[in-house]
Amino acid sequence: MIEQHLLLKRVDFIFVQDTDWEKILQKSIHRTKQELINELISSELKGRGGAGFPTGLKWKLTSEAAGDEKYVICNADEGEPGTFKDREILTRVPYKVLTAMAVCGFIVGAKNGIIYLRGEYKFLEKPLKDAINEFSYFCNKINLDFTIKIFMGSGAYICGEETALFESLEGKRGEPRNKPPYPSISGYRKKPTVINNVETLAHTYTIFKYGAKKFYDLGVQYSRGSKLFSISGDTPKPGIYELELGMSLQDFVDEFGDGDTKAVQVGGASGFLVPRKKFHETAIGYQGKLVGISLPTGGSMMIFNSSRSMYNLLDNYLEFFREESCGQCTPCRIGCQQLLAGIKAVKKGERPAPYLDKLLKLSETMQYTAKCGLGQSVANSFASIVENFREEMIY
Amino acid sequence: MSDTIHITINGIPVDVTEDTVILDAAKKINVVIPTLCYHQDICVAGNCRVCLVEVSGQKRLAAACATPCEEGMDILTNSLKVRNCRKHIIELLLSEHNADCTKCYKNGKCELQNLASEYKIMTQDFIELYKEKKRTIDNISPSIVKDDSKCIRCQRCVRTCEELQGVNALSVAYKGHEMKISTFYEKSMNDVVCTNCGQCVNRCPTGALVEKNYIEEVWDAISNPDLHVVVQTAPAVRIGLGEELGYPVGTRVTGKMVAALKRLGFDAVLDTDFTADLTIVEEGSELLGRLKKVLVDKQTDIALPMATSCSPGWIKYIEHMYPEYLPNLSTCKSPQQMFGALLKTYYAKARNIDPKKIVSVSVMPCTAKKFEAARPEMYGSGYRDVDYVLTTRELAIMIKQAGINFVQLEEMEFDRLMGESTGAGVIFGVTGGVMEAALRTVYEIVTGREIPFKNLAVLPIRGMEGVKMGSVKIENTLEDWKFLEGVELKYAVAHGLTNAKKAMDMIKAGTADFHFLEVMACPGGCLGGGGQPIPTNLEIRKKRAAAIYAEDLGKPIRKSHENPEVIKIYNDFLGKPLGELSHKLLHTSYQIRERT
Repeated sequence: MIEQHLLLKRVDFIFVQDTDWEKILQKSIHRTKQELINELISSELKGRGGAGFPTGLKWKLTSEAAGDEKYVICNADEGEPGTFKDREILTRVPYKVLTAMAVCGFIVGAKNGIIYLRGEYKFLEKPLKDAINEFSYFCNKINLDFTIKIFMGSGAYICGEETALFESLEGKRGEPRNKPPYPSISGYRKKPTVINNVETLAHTYTIFKYGAKKFYDLGVQYSRGSKLFSISGDTPKPGIYELELGMSLQDFVDEFGDGDTKAVQVGGASGFLVPRKKFHETAIGYQGKLVGISLPTGGSMMIFNSSRSMYNLLDNYLEFFREESCGQCTPCRIGCQQLLAGIKAVKKGERPAPYLDKLLKLSETMQYTAKCGLGQSVANSFASIVENFREEMIY
Repeated sequence: MSDTIHITINGIPVDVTEDTVILDAAKKINVVIPTLCYHQDICVAGNCRVCLVEVSGQKRLAAACATPCEEGMDILTNSLKVRNCRKHIIELLLSEHNADCTKCYKNGKCELQNLASEYKIMTQDFIELYKEKKRTIDNISPSIVKDDSKCIRCQRCVRTCEELQGVNALSVAYKGHEMKISTFYEKSMNDVVCTNCGQCVNRCPTGALVEKNYIEEVWDAISNPDLHVVVQTAPAVRIGLGEELGYPVGTRVTGKMVAALKRLGFDAVLDTDFTADLTIVEEGSELLGRLKKVLVDKQTDIALPMATSCSPGWIKYIEHMYPEYLPNLSTCKSPQQMFGALLKTYYAKARNIDPKKIVSVSVMPCTAKKFEAARPEMYGSGYRDVDYVLTTRELAIMIKQAGINFVQLEEMEFDRLMGESTGAGVIFGVTGGVMEAALRTVYEIVTGREIPFKNLAVLPIRGMEGVKMGSVKIENTLEDWKFLEGVELKYAVAHGLTNAKKAMDMIKAGTADFHFLEVMACPGGCLGGGGQPIPTNLEIRKKRAAAIYAEDLGKPIRKSHENPEVIKIYNDFLGKPLGELSHKLLHTSYQIRERT
């Protein structure tokens, strides 16, 4: 059984005004830490950056980790191609994010928060600083010891990977670390760290404000709540939409497509390309036992109509990965180069079509062996494009 | 307290302590997991992905070098999935690697080649990426050649340069497909802070970083009947060379080495240990002189602590990093350079050979010696002190090329005049050795008695601790040295430049109370030098150290100032320590260098 909602439900939580943040903050820090964690756990909120780790559990683990020095980090290095929602959150409702960070700090025992802001979002630095100043003023007033700083990224995609982000914050080259240890035990400066996507933090604000139930009631099993989608491509209405999780891709395309939708890339360059014939059987949400094909996404939904070449699309993604791999691990650094060179060679007829199968195997190896999510997820777009549009790769 | 963790590897149960990584757990049951980026001396990187293993229940493979064992783990090191993935990884590395193995200096000694051979990678299905990349070979440095087309980006060199040496001459540049190991502004290794220590060369798994070899130049010289080619061998060579020629680690091959050098055709085979002894006399006198100036003459401009100057990697390091402390360096040339200068003066005169026709070759455990020999300061005799420097590895290559059955050779003795040495000269090859040799001599000069340690083994100086500090109390001095009565002569010994930095930072902070500092650029001292046999690790270095101390103990004379050839050279030629001729031939000056 696939539990699906037949209609797309638009939701409006994230962008409702944040003018009540002082009240929410005060209310929250007067509850017990356990209460707050339980609230989060029962909401079943999962990380909105794309990986989908349960947020309540993440905070719980960090709160239980030993150490006086802990950190709360807001990952605002929004770099996945086709994603542009975090920018909007930080522009329109920054206090929600700041409040969520402070509550998180209160729960886990961290006195410092850092917003790792994407280098290209330089324009956000000033308004965000102003907001932080006001926020700090209030924290002082209520004797809440929590400081937030902004750290500007330098434009590397890989620094959105949490451990590479820590390295970058520490002034080093942005290369992912070995895991374990995980950030909840050893993160920034090797200290217990909560690192959350901007949107995840904004959702916790909703949960602290309305309670877990209101959030939990949205969505489907294993994929609760709502989510922001950055919709782009061949659509008459591109933009950012907050939608309930669990929708079928068919419903999505019916709503946002231009009537000639050939495929949708769910989850950006590191996500999956879903062809028209699979729209019906695909739902948008986190993977779970009862769900059929369920695709997670950090919010990027790129719609392509029949005028688009899937070869060009893949070529573009691979060019991106070849460039944005940090270069440290073999499967990712060389694998991306081989995949790109490989499809070019097949296209030019320099390699026979079955070479694509060798490349598919390679992409599978990358998935099993790459050090971090970047290299592991190249196979997602590669396999879904090559398997579904093989003829476009060859002719 | 760490708990015991129970796991199985390939179905075999293993008990390990907490925090044991899978790689080490596998070693316990004699399961070998191949590695490339892993090296025992440096931090774990987990980036080559060759050591991947399958953990049941996990879709992704785990890097054995970086993944700690967890209770109940069921690990497969040779499953089909592991094999297929590992082969893929090796094939990928080969596709980016300029695999012209037959033309590579590391042919037969390359870890990537070995892996390819083990996994029988017979075809190259992937596109040969290295062909599209611009090949850059940096061979400007007299010590090290860097060929990026052979680099597999394991970053062992980067971690070595950063962690062991604190130099950071090599670092990672660019990202993605352009990622490479580079230097500041991609300058030549010759033009950056590189100390030429060669520790990166010792740890490079492929031919991307190798010593610049002078094998053909030396063969040419040997073959030229007009030239008189003399070779000197450093203390650590005799305990390392055997490793390249079929002996276990820690075997002393002094006599066979001498015999092999004679068979190679050198006109004389002499010993750097002789000038090591000479260095002790010169440097010991220099130290006593500085102490006297401070204690008796009350001079305030005397640089103390005095630091040793035998290690050319250390010299270049301090020239770059602590130029304000150059006056603290002993002005003594290194034993190699003293030897070279004397070869073309003292030896030439005694043997009645035109110094122009003498070719001075040294065999060193070191790559920085190549740079040192090329320094403009090293022409005290009017000629270049040392013409060619070979590493221990290069000598082994020459011995093999000459078809010498090394193991079967009859042992021979060094030639005379500059071939006699003492146990004190031998221990120059191990960290703390110069200090120990100096103390044996200085203590005896000042008190007229042997240093009070059983078998002259100044044990507190020995061992592999990064920075060792201690003191020797001087009592009942001879009449000339009354000013040292009751003085506690304090010393510090550091090996590896990261440890040198610790000692220097103490001096800088004013917290150093020692009088004499020994620094060797390489971990373990010269026995762990950049020109020594590969591989290296702590265990190997300890075995080599034991061999050096055994060589010392076996010597009839154990104190530098008692070396009869040293006594003779002062009588016949130099006059006295720190004399005019010494100053001209045996002492040098230093340069301030940029910190880039």
